[in-house]
Amino acid sequence: MQTMMTRRDILKAGGALIVSFAFPLSARDAFAQVPPGAAGRPVDSGEVDGLLAIHADGSVTLYTSKVDVGTGIRIALAQMAAEELGVSPSRVTVVEGDTATCPDQGGTGGSTGLIRGGTEIQAAAATARRALLQMASRRLNRPAADLTIVDGEVRPGTGGTGVGIGTLIGDRRFSLKVDRNAPLTPAAQHVAIGKPLLRPDVPAKSTGRHVYVQDFTLPNMLHARIVRPPSIGATLVSVDDGSLRGIPDARAVRVQNFLAVVAKDEWAAVRAATALKATWSERSSLPGHEELVQFSRSAPLERDQEIVNRGNVADVTSRAAKTMSASYFWPFQSHASLGPSCAVADARADGTTTVWCASQGVHGLRTNLSKVFGIAPEKLRVIFLDGSGSYGTNGTDHVAADALLLSKTVGQPVRVQWMRHDEHGWDPKGPQQLLDVRAAFDSDGRIVAWETEMWVPNAAPGARALLSAEAAGLQQEHGTGSGAITQNGDPPYAVDNVRVVAHLIKDTPLQLSNLRAPGKIANVFAVEGFTDEIAAAQRIDAVEFRRRGLSDPRALDVINRTAAAFKWDARPSPNPRAKQGNLLVGRGIAYMRYKQMENYVAMAMEVAVNAATGQIQVRRVTCAHDCGMVVNPDGLRNQVEGCIVQTLSRALHEEVKFDRSRVTSVDWATYPILRFPEAPAVDVILIDRPNEPLVGAGEAATAPVAAALANAVFDATGVRLRVVPFTTARVKAAMA
Amino acid sequence: MSKYSFRLNGQSVTVDAWDPAEPLLYALRGPLALHGPKFGCGLGQCGACTVLVDKAAMRSCQLSVDRVAGRDITTLEGLGTPERPDAVQAAFIAEQAAQCGYCTNGMIMTAKALLARTPKPSIAQIKQALEGNLCRCGTHTRILRAIQRASQV
Repeated sequence: MQTMMTRRDILKAGGALIVSFAFPLSARDAFAQVPPGAAGRPVDSGEVDGLLAIHADGSVTLYTSKVDVGTGIRIALAQMAAEELGVSPSRVTVVEGDTATCPDQGGTGGSTGLIRGGTEIQAAAATARRALLQMASRRLNRPAADLTIVDGEVRPGTGGTGVGIGTLIGDRRFSLKVDRNAPLTPAAQHVAIGKPLLRPDVPAKSTGRHVYVQDFTLPNMLHARIVRPPSIGATLVSVDDGSLRGIPDARAVRVQNFLAVVAKDEWAAVRAATALKATWSERSSLPGHEELVQFSRSAPLERDQEIVNRGNVADVTSRAAKTMSASYFWPFQSHASLGPSCAVADARADGTTTVWCASQGVHGLRTNLSKVFGIAPEKLRVIFLDGSGSYGTNGTDHVAADALLLSKTVGQPVRVQWMRHDEHGWDPKGPQQLLDVRAAFDSDGRIVAWETEMWVPNAAPGARALLSAEAAGLQQEHGTGSGAITQNGDPPYAVDNVRVVAHLIKDTPLQLSNLRAPGKIANVFAVEGFTDEIAAAQRIDAVEFRRRGLSDPRALDVINRTAAAFKWDARPSPNPRAKQGNLLVGRGIAYMRYKQMENYVAMAMEVAVNAATGQIQVRRVTCAHDCGMVVNPDGLRNQVEGCIVQTLSRALHEEVKFDRSRVTSVDWATYPILRFPEAPAVDVILIDRPNEPLVGAGEAATAPVAAALANAVFDATGVRLRVVPFTTARVKAAMA
Repeated sequence: MSKYSFRLNGQSVTVDAWDPAEPLLYALRGPLALHGPKFGCGLGQCGACTVLVDKAAMRSCQLSVDRVAGRDITTLEGLGTPERPDAVQAAFIAEQAAQCGYCTNGMIMTAKALLARTPKPSIAQIKQALEGNLCRCGTHTRILRAIQRASQV
């Protein structure tokens, strides 16, 4: 049996074509119920009650749209709130990413989990603290200034009888605006912030008890698999329903060019997706990954954007004693989440719709789904459940739309699990970046002008087009944003004349999205790689060269601490004593300040290169990291380690391959990532500045990785790698 | 429909499967309602679905239900609970050896099998044992530390 629907049918409420089965409503409602204490709360981040509730037993619940995608922000948010409320962080629960209960503090991206989510909650908690002190002042008949909150009890600072915060407010509302200037607990008095507290989710994740979105089910739910077209933009000509014969309770669902299979049994859905015979009219519109450099240099531009223009680069360069230039390239990369995206949707006949997914931006997704599928926002609820790490917008928003379209069509709850080839093939990709860098020098060798030209995809405004909606012929936006990809294109060193221009390419062969540290890794790869080229050409030690161009003490601090811990041997590159047996050994360093205004990160690494096999072994990495105030040093260390190892994988191995029609790197064999035998020793030095604002840490340490790696390979081999990934074939070719 | 019986975390269980080629992973996650083993690739390439079959670490996405009849299967849930984790689970918690945690099942189950054959593995041996287990978050250094810690108790 095949379910055919038109676009008009989809936009009507409910799916009338299929008779749904009876199910116990109460059981279904249990999954969608509002958490205790949440009923009637304002879903508003400007209200104290929007962000937190204090219960009668003195426990605390936080409500935030910032979600924990494996970064550990659950415990960090709890620590920030606990600090102001005078409770133990173990008394704080975080409700995250539910559009019905969590105010919109923006999506989880750009390391803003603590920068925005944390500081807003901190201000709400500080506002609540002041109110609690005033309430207790009346009750205890003591001036508020004499009172403090310890272990959830407001008591005189000098000791004596107190009153619990649960007694003072217990599940009632503060009805106060968040005061962004409410006084915060001074850093010297911190008891919760700065402690390496353990994450609450790790025990359940280590014992199979944590419910990921992939584990979530509803009664009467159907399992679905999507049958994507064999080429991007292909149209569906015909579907052979007979091809599903023998697979129990499986049927095809078609909405124009959208094709899926549903079944009661998950394995039946998997088999049906493979068995289903469909005829497509294919397209061949892509340049192919091997042509991507040429495509990037020659494709039609939307416009040029001047990112930095200081001094007069053209004039100074024309009079320079010497110039240098180089081109760097970064390919399309996939988020390549270990678990393919998954979502469950329940679109009911009355129009009430709930979607469970691992989206990093539930409010933005709700707005978009609401527009595309014609569901009033107040009838559409999007709830975050942990997924596999996403590192930006992977397939999660697409799969949420898949599930919603299918649930509306079949009139039952539907769970869509993408297969491996779906995730690798159809997750929106991190963009390709081509960079030309040029420097001009005076007769003393000082850099007098620096120019970076980058060719990167344009960011057309609007929401990203949802795959299923596009195939189903639904009206939608076609935004092409992939994050702030033009930052860090200028050197962090003292240069009087600097120009950075972005040539924004009109069209993109593959759909794009934000992939961890969008753009910054490639930009720093070019800027810090080229800086290293200059230092080597001038026969100056790489650390010394960077020190000379910096005056900010925090910048110098990360470089000096990295060099000291790494036991950096000061000398020019390449390494005159590189040969160790059949290996060539060297070390490199890179430094950057994230977005030129956030984290200071320096990173050194040692590599051994086998010229015969082309294999690069990263032996050890040392990184000094300054992100201002540290909330949870162990969580931070985990993030920095992850940034380093993941980006080594991206630099060494990762490139999305595609031909004229489709992505061809659709599994772990064709899109390899770093494996355990390659894992280096990683030494992270955290610099805690409790009196400086925190700036987040989910991304910054990724940015210098590729540059430090390329610089180390140059030191070992004398060969400069300017194209990612540094595959064995590419290294061998470069060294031949 | 055919019935397949095996031991699962110490209990006898029977599952109905319409297709004898149905991978064990789908039986575990579906009718048996276990969430430790994860679907990662369905191709035997990533290790997220690893279970112990008679104490050997195997990919449950590559193992059909008809082939496990009569065998002894252990999943992550069978090792311990959040309150009473087993030694390897406790080591992962102590080292905070997870970010998203999606690969954790495969890491712990593979480590269990390794430590059963090699109680005091070197770092090189641990890396080799985990060669086929992918971690995308880059938690490698912590996972290695956790397995070393577990081998020392």
